[in-house]
Amino acid sequence: MPTTLFDKIWDAHLVARRADGRDLVYIDRHVLHELHAPHAFEQLEKQNRPVRRPDLTFSMQDHTVATKPGRDDGTNPSGTAFLKAMREGSRRNGIRLFDIDDPEQGISHVVAPELGMVLPGATHAVPDSHASTVGGLGALAFGCGTTELAHILATQVMALRRPKRMLIRLEGRLGPYVTAKDVALRIIAELGVAGARGHVVEYAGDAVRAMPIESRMTLCNLNIEMGGRSGFVAPDDSTLSWIAGRPFAPQGPMWDRALAHWRMLKSDDGAVFDREHVLDCSGLEPQITWGTDPSQVLGISGRVPDPSAVDPSRRAATESALAYMGLAPGTTLAGLPVDRVFIGSCTNSRLPDLQAAADVVRGRQVAAGVLAMVVPGSTSVKRAAEAAGLDRVFRDAGFFWGESGCSMCAGGNGDRGEPGERCVSTTNRNFEHRQGAKVRTHLVSPATAAASALAGHIADVRHVMPRPA
Amino acid sequence: MQPFTRHTGIAVPLIKDDINTDQIAPVQSMRQLKPDYRALLFTRARRRDDGSEDPDFVLNKPQFKEPGILVTGHNFGAGSSREAAVWGMLANNIRVIVARSFADIYRENCLQNGLLPIVLAMPEAAAFEQRVVAVNGAAPFTVDLESQRITGPAGTDIAFDLPAADRMRLLEGLDDIGLTLKHADEIVNWERRIAADQPWLQTAADSRS
Repeated sequence: MPTTLFDKIWDAHLVARRADGRDLVYIDRHVLHELHAPHAFEQLEKQNRPVRRPDLTFSMQDHTVATKPGRDDGTNPSGTAFLKAMREGSRRNGIRLFDIDDPEQGISHVVAPELGMVLPGATHAVPDSHASTVGGLGALAFGCGTTELAHILATQVMALRRPKRMLIRLEGRLGPYVTAKDVALRIIAELGVAGARGHVVEYAGDAVRAMPIESRMTLCNLNIEMGGRSGFVAPDDSTLSWIAGRPFAPQGPMWDRALAHWRMLKSDDGAVFDREHVLDCSGLEPQITWGTDPSQVLGISGRVPDPSAVDPSRRAATESALAYMGLAPGTTLAGLPVDRVFIGSCTNSRLPDLQAAADVVRGRQVAAGVLAMVVPGSTSVKRAAEAAGLDRVFRDAGFFWGESGCSMCAGGNGDRGEPGERCVSTTNRNFEHRQGAKVRTHLVSPATAAASALAGHIADVRHVMPRPA
Repeated sequence: MQPFTRHTGIAVPLIKDDINTDQIAPVQSMRQLKPDYRALLFTRARRRDDGSEDPDFVLNKPQFKEPGILVTGHNFGAGSSREAAVWGMLANNIRVIVARSFADIYRENCLQNGLLPIVLAMPEAAAFEQRVVAVNGAAPFTVDLESQRITGPAGTDIAFDLPAADRMRLLEGLDDIGLTLKHADEIVNWERRIAADQPWLQTAADSRS
């Protein structure tokens, strides 16, 4: 019978069926972070249970680290206890830690792929809802809570109910300055914030094949914003050449064996999905959120809805979102003054993201009164960006150039906006108060964020930039 | 895990869709490893701009100050996977949430902590919401997991369904890790087999060291 790639990976990792009917799915790589892991270490220690496979487990310091140059444990005082507990817990359990001063420190979802810890057809878990970022490499990744994290540490498996399958086919070609971020926001707008609940999404189609790996990670990163259990792109030649030579990836004869295996990883022709959705990406313009959930999305030239004109079931939510965002019905977003711009997070902080933003910024200045910051997704990304001179581009324009971490995505490290500020951000959630009390967040791509920083208002990057040849 | 058999408490109507974990347990309230989980629950919604208590927020109303059951809309618990959004419920003695639907990770976190996530089908869901609003905290409801029924003032019993596996785990308060470790041999066998078939999965060594 034709089988989906999701089913192939799941079945290959199925260890047993538990007495309560849940599947025990083996986790090949487990990546922890300091906001949640300390509590799991404590749970296990109380139960006198060891970590089963510290050699397949890695610890990152990302959520609470300060981004200020010269930072240390104390720079963000509310993070100090987390960083220390993570350090001690990782040491006690023999887990390799990428500490705050490690040359390869960074956001777990950025560091694990770039070091080759993530492999096609492998399973991956992180106690974080954006775990499926690494689905961009063809891995099946699950986000989880703290108690599940402890369960994986103790057993190296997750006890899961088998999700359903969804196929999202992205057809057509993206126009200039239209990115994976714009595509993902449009998908969420069409399917809704719970549209993929209970499903693992396979992203396919010409537009996905044309995307570089980092863009596929952006696409898969936002899968949780429509409630998806996981999301991935089947590996292809670009995936395999992206992974080749990364330090934790297989080397030598084992690499050749792995390669032969990975080349077979695809859904069979005629495999049946529980749901299918098609999006034609041709003609898509840059997208931006106008409201307080990631499905409230417009094309950059669009106008925010009028509550009296929307479906009655959405009326109250629309009214409340407009009120929080300080927007009158029918307002055009382009042109709205901006107070703050953030470029970073597990969604959009890899080198090509920073390059795309720098291409817009080069030789120009951040508008007066706008606080603009760039936070690379990892210290390795930061180093590579500096080698390419991107830090100069940003700093010369008036951007803050920070140390790597999650930063303003969730504000767990103290980076956040002031009440009432309008913030154009490359992150993944525009929830109320997420980037600071009463901060009004608009989610966009790095290019749109950069263009808005320069203009001082929400801007269509296509108007700032010449049409590429 | 504390077993769940039955729970009696005041049912609090928070009838809204898409309530996310940033609302339930804001990350800014988790500045210590062990925050006050009771206080962090809906901490933003509880307070007005000047820091005083917002008397209009449902959990601040006198009749709902000692809640036991939360009644809410679709997609409850969307967003971040943070388990504090469940621990905050338990710290307030909320051991049952009745929703139109739950976000996947949040529902898992509930089951891991002995918090019963109930989804009612239509039209029972709407009827129950109206009833809870009408009762307005005047008398408690009881949720019995053995009989899978909700009983309470101003109406007949309501039947609910929970997958048998989840029900068993909650009723017995089973140790999840213990349940899995009954399969320890199979885990070892899987590792042996994969180490032969796909050895790259069983090793994550740094090739530089």
